[in-house]
Amino acid sequence: MSNGLKSAVLHTAVVVGFLLLQYVLPEYHLLSVTRIMLLAVFAMGFNLLFGYTGLLSLGHAMFFSAGMYGAGLSVYHLGWSVPTAFIFGILCGALLGFLIGLIALRTTGVAFMIVTLMFAKVTYLVIVYFTQYTRGDEGLVMPAESRSFDLFGMHFSLTDSVTRYNLALGLLALTMFIVFLLVRGRFGRSLIAIRENESRTKMLGYNTFFIKLKALTVSAALSALSGSAYALMFAYIGSSFANIQYSIDPLLYSLLGGAGTILGPVFGTFTMFYLIDIASEYTSAYLLVTGIVLVILVLYFPRGVFGAIRQNFCRWLP
Amino acid sequence: MDFGPFLFLATLEGLVQAAVLCLTALGLSLVFGVMRVVNVAHGEFYMLGAVLAYWVTSWLAGSPAIGFALALLIAPLLVGVIAYLSEKLVLRRLGYDPEATIVATIGILYILQQSALLTFGPDARPVEPPFYFRVEFPWFGYSGYKLIVVAAAAVLLALAWFVITRTRLGLIMRATQFDRQTAQNYGIDVNRVYALVFAAGAAFAAIAAVLIVPIQQAHYLMGGDPLLLAFIVVIIGGLGSVRGTLLAALLIGLSDGILSVFFSPTLAKMVSTTLVALVLVFKPEGLFGHRSRL
Repeated sequence: MSNGLKSAVLHTAVVVGFLLLQYVLPEYHLLSVTRIMLLAVFAMGFNLLFGYTGLLSLGHAMFFSAGMYGAGLSVYHLGWSVPTAFIFGILCGALLGFLIGLIALRTTGVAFMIVTLMFAKVTYLVIVYFTQYTRGDEGLVMPAESRSFDLFGMHFSLTDSVTRYNLALGLLALTMFIVFLLVRGRFGRSLIAIRENESRTKMLGYNTFFIKLKALTVSAALSALSGSAYALMFAYIGSSFANIQYSIDPLLYSLLGGAGTILGPVFGTFTMFYLIDIASEYTSAYLLVTGIVLVILVLYFPRGVFGAIRQNFCRWLP
Repeated sequence: MDFGPFLFLATLEGLVQAAVLCLTALGLSLVFGVMRVVNVAHGEFYMLGAVLAYWVTSWLAGSPAIGFALALLIAPLLVGVIAYLSEKLVLRRLGYDPEATIVATIGILYILQQSALLTFGPDARPVEPPFYFRVEFPWFGYSGYKLIVVAAAAVLLALAWFVITRTRLGLIMRATQFDRQTAQNYGIDVNRVYALVFAAGAAFAAIAAVLIVPIQQAHYLMGGDPLLLAFIVVIIGGLGSVRGTLLAALLIGLSDGILSVFFSPTLAKMVSTTLVALVLVFKPEGLFGHRSRL
């Protein structure tokens, strides 16, 4: 089997696995896995920039919340239909990613991390400042009309947990497919070239600034896709989703699962979500888990689970 | 109140802010300057300082002045020890790689913050000031304690300045900052310098917190704002330049204090954060950008 075929089979198997999971999961876990799949999309978007391009952003919450508020506000205030608002949310994120990229990509390394952190803070403050439209921390609950929509002659009800699960799964599969195509193609190889040695890539005649800008825009669009879907499916938007916490989470998911792999962020999201879920049953200080896992990963396990698998067993893993 | 006295009051408030900010930012700047480590957990060392001050003063319920004096000694010491340990157990093992250390300090941030939540609880708790007296200006009375905070910060900064520029210890520190390898060749134990600088940086944050806690109350989430402000100051002042840091702290603290009296604090924060991000992008050497080392 060729490497491309092998990884195509593996990723299809993962999607089929999620598809079958819905028949065995009880209601509570059905909801959890729906959230996990959407957050995994976020993590995959983040990982495109972090794992493949080598740019560590500490502000991806701004793209997530751009999608969330782009979709949520247009439904709430303008009464847009769900599919239109969904697309609009993604466009908001992509545009924000493009603009932030124009400025922030002039820096590298630590400065890039701090600049993205600060822009994310500004985004959060903007949401809080325009509290008459966003209701700030308290947030907005989407109106009842937006809980269902018709598309391609089919009716979707967003209050039905099975529908939500399958829509989220569809988005997860789509994202996996997009990232798979991107990283296996020319574009992906140029990203990895930048990660490994930017000056050499530049010397070979690539416009690295433009490639990085493209990567950041796609990464932001995927993060916004996740935020947009999150707002519409769970009918709530609030400023807590723009918090620094939501910038750290995708980093944690990617590190745990393995930065620079496709399945890593999915695995990482799944594991961390349930770890936090279990910890929060015992203590209100459940974020302690986040801190401990981060320190352990960075000290002893910097490649993450799938990074280690790729290094030791399957070199073909994309 | 007329505009003049009002502005004077706002300036006083700004001065208190600036004093505390100077101490906090100096710690962050020292660590970045000497070790090239961006310490995201710096705000949590500040928070720990305040929480420890609460504990020390509540154990010694008798006289607030004695309790406070003890807190001023014990809190920075304990925070310094915690920082020393985290440097030794985590940062050193990462070889001070810039990206890895940022991720690690984010982890440390959560560990410290959530441990405080576990032990100290989610409520804000007040610490009594060591003494009460009011300074009467012609237009209004002002808390004498706040003025003492400014004075104390000034004395501490002068002390730090003296140590850095006039003593052997300071010379060793500057040598390490200038060139790690050469310093090592001259027999300087660089690892020890790093550990001490990291501990000292954290201790500065803790001192700042102990000074401010009678005015602000201790809370487990209180590390966020000073961290952001300290970042801003260190960037504006030019990363790692102590003189720039102090100038910037004075500027930012004063203007932040004055602006938030006149405008919405959210708007003020929004504008200042954007401006600072732009400074970092377009003028990374900072506004006081002589590339001097210390």
